[in-house]
Amino acid sequence: MSGFRPDRRELLTLFLGSAVAASACRRTSSRPRLETRIVDAAVDVGHRLREAARPAPGTPREQVGVCVVGAGVAGLSAVWRLAGAGVHDVAVLELDAREGGTSQSGQSPNGAHPWGAHYLPAPLEHRGPVVRLLEELGAVTGADGAGRPRFSEQMVLRAPDERLFYRGHWYEGLFLHAGASAGDEAQFARFLADIRTLARARDARGRRAFAVPVEESSDDAEWTGWDRQSMADWMDARGYTSPRLRWWVEYGCRDDFGCTLETTSAWVALWYFASRQDGEGERHQGYLTWPEGNGRLVAQLARALRPGQLRRKVLVHSVREVEGGCEIDAWDAAASRPIGLFARHVIYAGPRFTAPHVLEAWRKARPSFIDAFTQAPWVVANLSVRWPPAGRGFPLAWDNVLYDSKSLGYVVAGHQLERQWDGGPQVLTWYYPFTGADPKAERTRMLSATAEDWETLVMEDLLRPHPELPQLAQRLEVMRWGHAMVRPVPGFVWGPSRAQAVRPLGRVHFAHADLGGINVFEEAQYHGVRAAEAILREQGSQAVSWL
Amino acid sequence: MQAATGEATAEGAETPVLRHTALFVAVLIIATCGLIYELLAGTLASYLLGDTITQFSTVIGVYLFSMGVGSWLSRFVERHVPRRFVQVELAVALVGGALAPILFLTFTFTDAFRLILYGSVFVIGALVGLEIPLLLRILKDTVRFKDLVGQVLAVDYLGALAASLLFPLLLVPHLGLVRTSLFFGILNAVVGLWITWVLAPVLKQVTGLRLQALGIIGVLGFGMIFADRLTDLSEEAIYPDPVVYTKASPYQRIVVTRSARSLNLFINGNLQFSSMDEHRYHEALVHPVAMRAEKLSQVLVLGGGDGLAVRELLRYPEVERVVLVDLDPAMTELATQMKPLADLNRASLSDPRVEVRNEDAFAYLRDATETFDLVIVDFPDPNNFSLGKLYTTRFYRLLKARLAPHGVGVVQSTSPLLARKSFWCVNATLQAVGLWTEPYHALVPSFGEWGYVLIAHAHPPLHREMPDGLRFLTPELLPTLTVFPADMGPVPVEVNRLDNQILVHYYEDEWGRWN
Repeated sequence: MSGFRPDRRELLTLFLGSAVAASACRRTSSRPRLETRIVDAAVDVGHRLREAARPAPGTPREQVGVCVVGAGVAGLSAVWRLAGAGVHDVAVLELDAREGGTSQSGQSPNGAHPWGAHYLPAPLEHRGPVVRLLEELGAVTGADGAGRPRFSEQMVLRAPDERLFYRGHWYEGLFLHAGASAGDEAQFARFLADIRTLARARDARGRRAFAVPVEESSDDAEWTGWDRQSMADWMDARGYTSPRLRWWVEYGCRDDFGCTLETTSAWVALWYFASRQDGEGERHQGYLTWPEGNGRLVAQLARALRPGQLRRKVLVHSVREVEGGCEIDAWDAAASRPIGLFARHVIYAGPRFTAPHVLEAWRKARPSFIDAFTQAPWVVANLSVRWPPAGRGFPLAWDNVLYDSKSLGYVVAGHQLERQWDGGPQVLTWYYPFTGADPKAERTRMLSATAEDWETLVMEDLLRPHPELPQLAQRLEVMRWGHAMVRPVPGFVWGPSRAQAVRPLGRVHFAHADLGGINVFEEAQYHGVRAAEAILREQGSQAVSWL
Repeated sequence: MQAATGEATAEGAETPVLRHTALFVAVLIIATCGLIYELLAGTLASYLLGDTITQFSTVIGVYLFSMGVGSWLSRFVERHVPRRFVQVELAVALVGGALAPILFLTFTFTDAFRLILYGSVFVIGALVGLEIPLLLRILKDTVRFKDLVGQVLAVDYLGALAASLLFPLLLVPHLGLVRTSLFFGILNAVVGLWITWVLAPVLKQVTGLRLQALGIIGVLGFGMIFADRLTDLSEEAIYPDPVVYTKASPYQRIVVTRSARSLNLFINGNLQFSSMDEHRYHEALVHPVAMRAEKLSQVLVLGGGDGLAVRELLRYPEVERVVLVDLDPAMTELATQMKPLADLNRASLSDPRVEVRNEDAFAYLRDATETFDLVIVDFPDPNNFSLGKLYTTRFYRLLKARLAPHGVGVVQSTSPLLARKSFWCVNATLQAVGLWTEPYHALVPSFGEWGYVLIAHAHPPLHREMPDGLRFLTPELLPTLTVFPADMGPVPVEVNRLDNQILVHYYEDEWGRWN
C-alpha cells in the first residue's frame, strides 16, 4: 500500500461499479455523515498467531477428552454431536468474542440482525443432521405423504421474498423480466428446465447428481466433469448468452460463493440451483430464516454446551501430537495469559488456511493441498433505520437487490418478525462480496477502506433506490470478514486437494464448511458431525450416525 | 378620480391629504373578503348540515341583518375613526380567516356547531357593516359626498362580484374551504396593514396597529401551514365529500369526510364505512355469529377500531367483556372522541365492558393465553403484504388457539363478487387450519356485495334469537345470506400462507380490474 487514496468517484467505481458512481456524482445536495463504526476485531488478534507467548515448559496442562478449536457452525456441531452421545469432556476454544463464526448475529436497539449467513434452504428430505437440529428448534411440524418435512410457517421465509431495483423501479423477483426480450425469456425458461432435469438426475447407485451435503452427491463424471470448467464456459457452451440470465446466475454465485461466473466451478453453480429443489415442477420448498439469520441455528447448537466449555477470545497457536493425545498451546486474550491443554482428541474446526500456522506437523512440512483453499473477503454492514425505506414499484421485500451494483443489496432483518405492522425501526443488512480473482489483493482493498469510506459506499449504493434514506438512517456498523468463504473455483470441489484435506492428521480431525468446498451451513454442520462421530468411533462408541 | 384628488388638494387646507384611490382598492379587496366569508359559511353549513336552501338562506339572512347592526353601531364610534377602521379590518381578518378551520373543528369535536356558525357570521357581518360608514366618515372631508357614496358603493359591489365568481370557479376547487378561509383572512390583514400607511396622516400611533396586523398574519399563516400538514390538496380532491378530519398516524392515514347525508371514514384512501349503510355491514358481521355462540361472556374483536362492531355486540346483555385489539390508538381515540363517530357507535368504546388494547394483533394472538366465546376479525382488506399476513394459515392457527372449545368467530373477507378468488381464498385458508366454516354475504351498497366467513371448531347450532332494533337483518333474511348466486360461488384457490401471500396477489388482480 502506497499512500494512494481514491477520491469519492474512484472509490464508488472501484467498489460498486460505474453506474452507482455516476448516479452518486450527479447528486449535488450534501447530506450529514452517518455515525459509522467498524466492529470486527478478530483481524488483529488472528494476525498475532505467531507472536503469542507460550505456556512455560513444565506447566501442568488441563486434561480434556476432546478439544474443539473454533466455535463456528462446524465446531459447535461437533460439540452438539458429542453431547448427543453423552460426551461432555470437551473444551471449545474460540478466537472471537462471540461464537458462530460467519453465522453470528447481533442485537441492536432496532432489533436482532445477522452478521453473516442469514438463511437456510429448507431441507428436501426428512433425515440428516439439519432436520434433527430443526426439530430441536421447533421448526419441523411433521412430514407430508412423500416423507418430505413440513416446517413451521413462521420460520419459512415469508412473502414477498425478493425484489430487484432497475432504472428507478423495483420489480418482483430477482430475474429481471421487465423489458426482457423473447430470447431472454426463452433462455431463462430453458435454464430452469435444465435445472429441473439436473435436480431429478440420479446415478446408477441412486445418488442425486447434486445433493446437500456435497459429500452425498454422485461422483459420476457425467456431472463432476463440469467442475473443471467455469460457469461462464458452461453457459457459453450451451448458448446461454442472455445478459439478464447471466446476471441472475452470477448473482447466485456472488451471493453464495463470493465468486463470478468466471471463477465459479460450473458444477458448484449448478449445485446451487439444483441441490435445493426436488425437480418436481415449480414447487418451491422455500427458505428458513429468522431475524438474527443463522444466529438462531448457532444458538440452538450452542445449547449443547455446558457451562465453562466454551472459552472465547482464545487464540490457539500450536497443536502438537504427543504420546496418547495432543498438546494445545493457546493465548487467552481476555485474561492476557497463556493456557495449555492436553486433549486425547482434537477437532480442528477453524478454516483450513489457518491450520499450517497452528498444527506443528504442518508448520514443519506445509502440505501442498492447503494452497488450493482460497477465501473471498466480505463486508457485512448493518444499517439501522428509523423506518424501512419503500421505493417506487414493488413493495419492500426480504431481499432487496440492485441490478447494476456490485453489492448484493440488503436484507430486511425484521422481515420475519411476527407482527401485523412492518413499519418502525428496522435493521437493513447490506452485503458486499469481494469477487476479484486475487483474494489477497481483495483483502488489501477491503482493509484500505475506512469507516468513512464504508459510509459513503453503503449510503450511495442505497440512495439511488431510496433518496429518502438520509432521513431514515440512524447508524451504520461494518463487519469485515477477511476470509469469509472458501472459493469453489473450477477444479476445487472434485479435485484432489479437498479430498486430502478431509483426512485426519493423527488425533486431529478436521471440521469446517470449507471441507465441502462450499461455505454453507449444511456443509459446516455435516463436517462437524462427521468429525465428532469419527472420534466417537475411535473411543469405541456404538452410536448410530446422525448423518 | 384625478379631478377629485385635485379638488381634495385644493380644499385640503386643514385636513390631511389622503390617497383615497388606494383606499378604494382596499375597499374592493375588503368587500371581496367579506362576501367570501359569507359564502364559506353558507357552503360549510350546507355541506355539514345538509339542506342547502335553508343553510344559505339563514346564513345570508344573518349576515345582512348583522351588517345592518354594524352600520347602526357605527354611530357610537365617535373618536379615532381611522384607528377604529383599521381595527375593524384586522378583526374581520382574524374572525373570517379562522372561520372555516374553527367550524370544522367545532363540528368534529363539539355540539355547538350552529351556535359558532351563526355567531361567527353575525360578528363578521357586524364588522363588515361597520366598515363603509366609518370609511365614508374618514373620506368625507377629502371627497365630495355625491362622488364618495357612489364610488365606495360601486367598488363594494364590484368586490362582491369578484368574490361570487372566484369562489366557485377558482377557490373551492383549487384551495379547498380551509385554505380559502385562511388565505382571505391573511389578505384582509395585509390590507389592514397597508391601510396603516395610507391613513398614516390621520392615525396617531401606527406601531401598535401594525404589530397587531403582523400578529394576525402570523397566526393565520401558521394555520395555513398546519392546514397543509393536516390535508394535502390532492387528497381533498380524491374524496367526494368535504374532509372534516385527517390524521396521519405512524400506522395509517385516517380521513373522515362528511356530507349532508353521511359520515365516511377512510384508511389510506380506502372506505372503511359510510354511515349510510354501515348498519348493514356491522349487523351482518356480528349477529349471525353471535346467535351461534353458546356463550357470549368473553368476546375478542381484532381490528374494528371504529367501535361499530362493538356497538352491535353490546346489544347482548350476556356480554361481560369485549377485548378490542386495534393497532392504532389514533383510530380508537377518534372513535371515542369525535362526536359524530361516537354518536354513530353509541360511545361503545367508552363502555366499561370494553377493554381497548392498542397492540399488534399478530403479537397479541401469539402471546395471549385466554380463550374467547366469540371472536370477530374485522381487518382492512388484504391490499398489501402487511395486511396479507393477517389472513394466513399462521394467523388463523393462532386465532383458532384462542377460540374456546364451543367458541365461534367471523372474519370479514372482502367481496365475493368483486374479488371472488380472494373471498374463497380466505375461506379455504380458514379450512386449511382445521376450522369449520360457513361463508355468507350481504349487500352493503357503498362496498358492494360483501363477504364474511363464520368459523367454529365444529358446526355450531343456533343458540339465541336475533336482538331487537336491527335495521337490516331479519329472521327471514338470515338463511338467504349463505346462498351464493352463480357468479359468486366457490372457485378453486390456493391456501394463503406467510410464504406465498397468494391472497395479496389475488386481491391485487381482482380489484385492479374493477378500479
